[in-house]
Amino acid sequence: MPASIEFRGVSVDGILHDLDLRIGAGEAVAFIGRSGAGKTTTLRLINGLATPSRGDVLIDGAKPVDFIPLRRKTGYIIQGSGLFPHRTVYENVATLPRLLKWDETRTKSEAAALLDKLGLPFEKFAARYPRSLSGGEQQRVGIARAIVARPGILLCDEPFGALDPIVRRELQDSFTAIREERNATIVFVTHDLAEAMRVAERVVVFDGGRIVADTSARELPRHEAPAVRALVAAASLPS
Amino acid sequence: MTVLRATGEHIVIVVIAVVVAILIGVPLGVWAARRARAGGFALRVVDAIQTIPSLALFGFLIPIPFIGGIGMRTAIVALILYSLLPVVRNTVTGIRGVEPAVREAGVAMGFTPRQLLFEVELPLAMPSIVAGIRIATVTAIGVATIAAAIGGGGLGTLIFRGVAMVDSTLILEGALPAAALALIADAVMTTIERRLIR
Repeated sequence: MPASIEFRGVSVDGILHDLDLRIGAGEAVAFIGRSGAGKTTTLRLINGLATPSRGDVLIDGAKPVDFIPLRRKTGYIIQGSGLFPHRTVYENVATLPRLLKWDETRTKSEAAALLDKLGLPFEKFAARYPRSLSGGEQQRVGIARAIVARPGILLCDEPFGALDPIVRRELQDSFTAIREERNATIVFVTHDLAEAMRVAERVVVFDGGRIVADTSARELPRHEAPAVRALVAAASLPS
Repeated sequence: MTVLRATGEHIVIVVIAVVVAILIGVPLGVWAARRARAGGFALRVVDAIQTIPSLALFGFLIPIPFIGGIGMRTAIVALILYSLLPVVRNTVTGIRGVEPAVREAGVAMGFTPRQLLFEVELPLAMPSIVAGIRIATVTAIGVATIAAAIGGGGLGTLIFRGVAMVDSTLILEGALPAAALALIADAVMTTIERRLIR
C-alpha cells in the first residue's frame, strides 16, 4: 500500500529551514536543486537516516516510533547501488524478503520475475557477484533489491547520477515502466531537470534549504522562480 | 624432551593463545571501530603492550597472582597479550573499511544493528581479520620460543638448553621446527585469506 508523507515545520540545523510539504499516497515527486540545497537530507528524513532538529515527519499521518519496520516497507535506491559485494545478485535481491521471512519459493519467483523485467535474465545473472556487473547492471539490481518486497514508499537518491547518458536514459525508462505496476509513493532526488520531468509528475525545487517551487512537471519550464529559471537555463541546449 | 613432544607443546600454547586472542580481540575491535575516542584509546593500550620486550613481559607476569607464576599458563597469558594487537587492529581496519554506501544500504533496508554486524560488516571485514589472525599466529610461534625462559615448555626449551650447553645441534632442533611451523601457519592462513577476497 502506498503511504503518504508529510513534513511539518521541519528544520535540520544548517541544512533545512522550516520545511512544510505533503506528498500524497501514490504520488511520484522529484526533488531537484543544486548540490547542498537540502534535497537529500529531506529524503533521508523520511526513513530516519537523518533526524530533524525541529518539526515532525509523518508517515501515513503518524510519527514513526521505530524506523526498522518502516525501513522494511521503504525501498531505497542510491547512487552507486550500495549492493553487498559479498553476496550474489540473487542474494542481494533476496535480502529484504529474507528479513521479512518469505518462503524461499516465493522469494525466488518474485526475484526472477523482477530481474527478467529489468533486463537481467535470472538464469544468467542470479549467481553473479556485483563486481562482475557494469554500473548500469548494478543499478538495475539495486532497483530490484529496493522494490522486490513491494514497498509503500520508494526513495531514490540520484540513483542514475554516475551512469553515462545512454544507460541513464534506459534506466529511467525501465524505472518508469516498473513504477506503473508497483504503486508506491515515490520521492526521487536528482539535479537533472529532464530526469525529474521524466520520472515524476510533480517537481519540488530546493534552494538553500527551502522549497522555492512546487509544481507539476509539465508546468515547470514556465515557472517564474529564479532558482527554477536557472535550472531550466542550465538544462537547455545551445541554440 | 623430544623434538616431537616440544613441537606438540609449542602448537598447544600457540593455538590456545591465538584462539583466546580472537575471542577477546574481535569483539574489542568491533567495539573500537564504532567509537572514535574510546576505540583509539583501546588501540593505544594494545599497541603499548606490543612494545614491551617479550622476555620482560614474561618476567612481569610471574609475580601476578592467578595468571602468573612459572609455567605454561603464564606463557599463554603473555602470548594472548601479544596476539591481541594484530587481531584488534585488523578488525578495526576491516570494519571501518566497509564502504559507507553498503552499510547505509543495510541500515535503510531495516537491518538491526546486530544484523548489520553479522550479515554485512563482519563478512566484509573477514579478509582483514584473517590477515590479523595470521600475523598474530606467526608472531606467537616465534615469541613462544622465549616462553621456555619461564618454564612455559615448547620448542624454546630445546633452544635454551642448546644455548646453555653451547650445542648448535640442540638449538637447531628447537629452531628449525619453530621456523617450519611459522611458515606452514603463514601459508595456510594466506590461502584462507585469498579465498575470502572476492
